[in-house]
Amino acid sequence: MSETLLKVRDLRVSFGRRPGPPWRRATTREFVAVDGVSLDVGPDETVGLVGESGSGKTTVARAVVGLVRPDSGTVTVDGHRLGPVGQRPAALQRAVQMVFQDPRSSLNPRMTVAAIVGEAWRTHPVSAPAGDRTAALHRLLDDVGLDASVARQHAGELSGGQCQRVSIARALAVKPRLLVCDEAVSALDVSVQAQILRLLVDLRASHRLSMLFISHDLGVVHQIADRIAVMRSGVLVEQGPAGEVLVAPRHEYTQALVGAALELNTES
Amino acid sequence: MRRIPYLVLALYALVGGLGPLLIEYDPVPTSLPDRLRPPGSDVSYGTAWLGTDALGRDVLAQVVYGARTSVIIGICTVALACLIGVAVGTAAGYFRGWLDTVLARGIDILLAFPAILLTIVIAGAFERSVLLVVTALSATAWISFARVTRGIALSLRERPWVDAARVLGVPRPAILVRHILPFTIGPVVALATLEFALVVLAEAGLSFLGIGLPNSAVSWGQTIANGKQYLETAWWISALPGIALSVLIVNIGILGDQLTARYGRGHLR
Repeated sequence: MSETLLKVRDLRVSFGRRPGPPWRRATTREFVAVDGVSLDVGPDETVGLVGESGSGKTTVARAVVGLVRPDSGTVTVDGHRLGPVGQRPAALQRAVQMVFQDPRSSLNPRMTVAAIVGEAWRTHPVSAPAGDRTAALHRLLDDVGLDASVARQHAGELSGGQCQRVSIARALAVKPRLLVCDEAVSALDVSVQAQILRLLVDLRASHRLSMLFISHDLGVVHQIADRIAVMRSGVLVEQGPAGEVLVAPRHEYTQALVGAALELNTES
Repeated sequence: MRRIPYLVLALYALVGGLGPLLIEYDPVPTSLPDRLRPPGSDVSYGTAWLGTDALGRDVLAQVVYGARTSVIIGICTVALACLIGVAVGTAAGYFRGWLDTVLARGIDILLAFPAILLTIVIAGAFERSVLLVVTALSATAWISFARVTRGIALSLRERPWVDAARVLGVPRPAILVRHILPFTIGPVVALATLEFALVVLAEAGLSFLGIGLPNSAVSWGQTIANGKQYLETAWWISALPGIALSVLIVNIGILGDQLTARYGRGHLR
């Protein structure tokens, strides 16, 4: 096993580019969302990826889980190159899971919580519990702080915080090694944010998870990240240990971000 | 008031299902002494409650057997068109790429022909049968289902729960079945009712033109056509099956509108 779990090298993702005849290409504007991003996430490590809206954080996350096909660059886990989602070997597909920004819409409203978690086990029988699945489901729900009775409910019947806990449970059901959290607490109110962050910290320790934690909120990232990478306009401008980046930022954009966060804290 | 279309449709289903068991009718033998008798007349085989046609055949029996024919052809055509349209539309909308391009252009080409003309060409080119009518009507009816489900699938494929399933590694067919198809049911049911009305009308039209069902089958279109030259003297031959057809179409239309308002596009949850 290599020392780095996730290795992203020279990742470039653009939108609006269409393969086709030259005359079509001339009329289509290309937008480069991510340009040459390289970052590492070690085993049991949490890397916070921060930046303003539109800086390319989510695109990096989607490229890591395979939802977006990069123009160039590589994404590897444990030295194995990751292809697009659906073309990855089952073990690598399981290894990288994602928690989405909008807790409600990331759960199929027609499915119960039991069916949502059951789908994960049906897709990856290797990670399914050997014995009684109902008991295993209740244990998993307990792990994420949910009552067993939630299993019978649909997403529409749950609160935002509960939905996000179910999303986390679905991801954990396949025993991932890397959890990509894309603005996973941004859509929640402050008290629920704190609960979910605490849950993620606990789960990271108990399940030996690595995390790529994406957020525009430095305060949130500060609470969970070991290292922080800062993005602006599709480019990674700075990365380093969380304390270092937050206390002594080198890049002027990071300085402005930290300054703005401090200003907000002082005002509040 | 909202239940009236359901009651009317239930009545038609009952008449179409049970009527032929209670009323015996064979369109081939004729009874010329009983021809053109008005509703309520006594004829050689009992009372002709809705009169007789130019060959002495009972119009009530033709209305009842015609209801069965219309309902059977309507259900079979809508089921076949729905199956093809939903499968093609969902797959094209979800997978995009060449499949979507081929479907979109194929629909454009089919829409360039008037649907009834295409149906007439297909129905006229082969030997008359129920299967041929169903096939000819399905040849254009599937397009509406494909267009609606393609639109829904295009919208749903971007939803985070579909992304979540993809990240999980759920196979594509399972994503379609579990995460896309259930959301098409409402709009498809609403559309199916409207298509059912159009199909029943089109079948009657084909039979009226004499290119739909064989002469041994009974259809409202045929009965209406048989009475068209006696409209002044024996109005009941064309008018009564025509009323039966109109009442069915109007009620299916109302039901379709109700269902569209309830489950139409935009009501995905």
